[in-house]
Amino acid sequence: MMLLVPVVLPLLGALVYLLFGWRRATAWVSAVSAGLLLAVAVTLAAGVTRSGPRTAMAGLLRADALSAYMLLVIAAVAVLATAATPAFLRTEINAGRATARTGTRHSLLVQLFLAAMTLAVLAANLGVVWVAIEATTIVTAFLVGQRRTRAAVEAAWKYVVICSAGIALALLGTIVLNFASTHAPGAAGLDLAALAAHADGLDPGVTRIAVVLLILGFGTKAGLAPLHAWLPDAHSQAPAPVSALMSGVLLSVAFYAILRVKVIADGALGTGFARAALLVMALTSLALAAALLIGIRDYKRMLAYSSIEHLGLVAFGAALGSPAALAAALLHVLGHGLAKAVLFLGAGQVLQLTGTSRVDGVRGLASRHPALAGCFGLGVLALVGLPPFSLFASELGIARAAFTAGLAWQTGLALVLVLVIGAALVNHTSRMLLGAAHDHPVPAASPVPVVLLAGLMVCAALGIAAGPVPVLLNSATHTLVVTR
Amino acid sequence: MSETLYVQLLDLACGGLLLTAVLVLWRRELAVIIRVFAVQGAALAALVAVLATREGSAELWAVAVGVLVLRAGVLPHLLRRALAGAGEARRETRPLVNVAASLLAAAVLTLLAYAVSQPLVALSPSAATQAIPVGVTVVLIGFFVLVTRRRALSQLVGFLLMDNGITAVGFLTTAGVGLVVELGVSLDVLLAVLVLQILTSRMRETFGDTDLDELRELRD
Repeated sequence: MMLLVPVVLPLLGALVYLLFGWRRATAWVSAVSAGLLLAVAVTLAAGVTRSGPRTAMAGLLRADALSAYMLLVIAAVAVLATAATPAFLRTEINAGRATARTGTRHSLLVQLFLAAMTLAVLAANLGVVWVAIEATTIVTAFLVGQRRTRAAVEAAWKYVVICSAGIALALLGTIVLNFASTHAPGAAGLDLAALAAHADGLDPGVTRIAVVLLILGFGTKAGLAPLHAWLPDAHSQAPAPVSALMSGVLLSVAFYAILRVKVIADGALGTGFARAALLVMALTSLALAAALLIGIRDYKRMLAYSSIEHLGLVAFGAALGSPAALAAALLHVLGHGLAKAVLFLGAGQVLQLTGTSRVDGVRGLASRHPALAGCFGLGVLALVGLPPFSLFASELGIARAAFTAGLAWQTGLALVLVLVIGAALVNHTSRMLLGAAHDHPVPAASPVPVVLLAGLMVCAALGIAAGPVPVLLNSATHTLVVTR
Repeated sequence: MSETLYVQLLDLACGGLLLTAVLVLWRRELAVIIRVFAVQGAALAALVAVLATREGSAELWAVAVGVLVLRAGVLPHLLRRALAGAGEARRETRPLVNVAASLLAAAVLTLLAYAVSQPLVALSPSAATQAIPVGVTVVLIGFFVLVTRRRALSQLVGFLLMDNGITAVGFLTTAGVGLVVELGVSLDVLLAVLVLQILTSRMRETFGDTDLDELRELRD
């Protein structure tokens, strides 16, 4: 029953908002729910590393080390995002951009969003994974369009159309894989563990079609090129806590599905096929992010393109497929989730304080709001991959594994692109933070960004002393490595 | 049901699917497109019904009725309601690719679908699996409509064509994907369409029209 808790907990939170609405007494319910989720995730991770995978609900739910780790990522970012939500919503309501009803709908949908994501990582069946990931699109569509401005409605439309079409390809892939599975020994159906175990019996021709469709389809949701066009719009138009969740975890949850597919592909087709597909998508994503980040004018879009870059890096690590590379890629997922959540929450505060999302509209932030500017700056340094943040460790790990794997020119290209992106990010951010401020009337004192600091500290702590995380990562990579 | 009758009925239903997909490309009045889409839903339901009779499965019959209600009833109704609010904008004015080229593209896509689905047919040759390329063609045509049309409602129809094609492939590869997943899929499609419909009406409120050429606010 332990496995049902992470799905039911956010649903209960949603029920509270449905019954009582968003008010002073319920403002912190979602944060409490996320905190409990984190506690459950930690317990589950400890249990799974100690005594192996467990199943529940007649085999519909299954948690191995990888699921437990992803649950941990979801819960950690959810705690940051929901803890910042009450202050965010109160400011929006005071500014007349939202009402208590918007607050209710926002909190309700965020809880449903969390439930869909936890279901996606705990489902034992590829079909249920698909349903859960599509459900996240439906739930977040209204969150993206929450502000009801022209830009927000446009972003929501693009988001739903592109993601639904992409995810429809994944559905076709699921059906084709099911077809291959029914004609293979083992009667695996769509059960992920059974499919991975019996993958060598799958028909290679049919599996190849299925794998291409699944990687393209889930890759759309993960923001990987070529079907990434929705991402900068949706992430820049969504309210800050939602952007934090979408960028910090939703992308990695979709990528989690790709990792599961990759295990099956490696078993059925050898490691070369999925590797080639992922490498192409990773390098295209990196190149695209680099090209567009140089001239970017909007700081929320800047963060969105940086998400494309980081998912590209994760895909690069996954493509390598060695245990060291996979562990680094998974660590990168957590580090990026925390850093990006901090940055989107910070960007939300900057937007509320300055009223513009243009980079050149925000000059001299450091002199007016030093604490906020400090957090934003540190967050960008974390994204760029400077120590002590954990992204340094994971990027180094991916690069080392890549050279060991003998992919010299691909790795060289990726490193150059990462450097270009880093330079662009630092350049744009320094224009925001430094310099003389515009002659604005002195705004109200900015609140101390406790949540942002907490997120940054966890990210740095992970980089310095990972604690028990490597043990979990180690057993998670075991489920992903195919020895054949 | 005799073998020949089964194959003929199956091919008839699949022919209906393919023909309606091409008709959507050909016609430009949105009201006609929605009617054609409803016919396609009925063809899909007929396909499932033929398979149900063949297998003598009551469960599959229930699914056929469900498909008929959802795809020939509920979804076209939702589309029609979205169209009713559209006022003057009842025609697909300037598709990115003109009609003649679209039909040529459909022919190319059909060939592509047949080439791509060879391994699927080869894995277990039967009358049903030999029709899989038709389902794949409908998916590809749906994708084509989605990327080349400018009206929000036409894009919606493109998405639903893709979905019809995928469902057809699902039933033709036998067994479907299990009832839980099947239910989840149908629910998701219905919800996605509801979401899109609400967004179209919101777009109309803010843009005054649902021509996606108006969508030019967001870019780099």
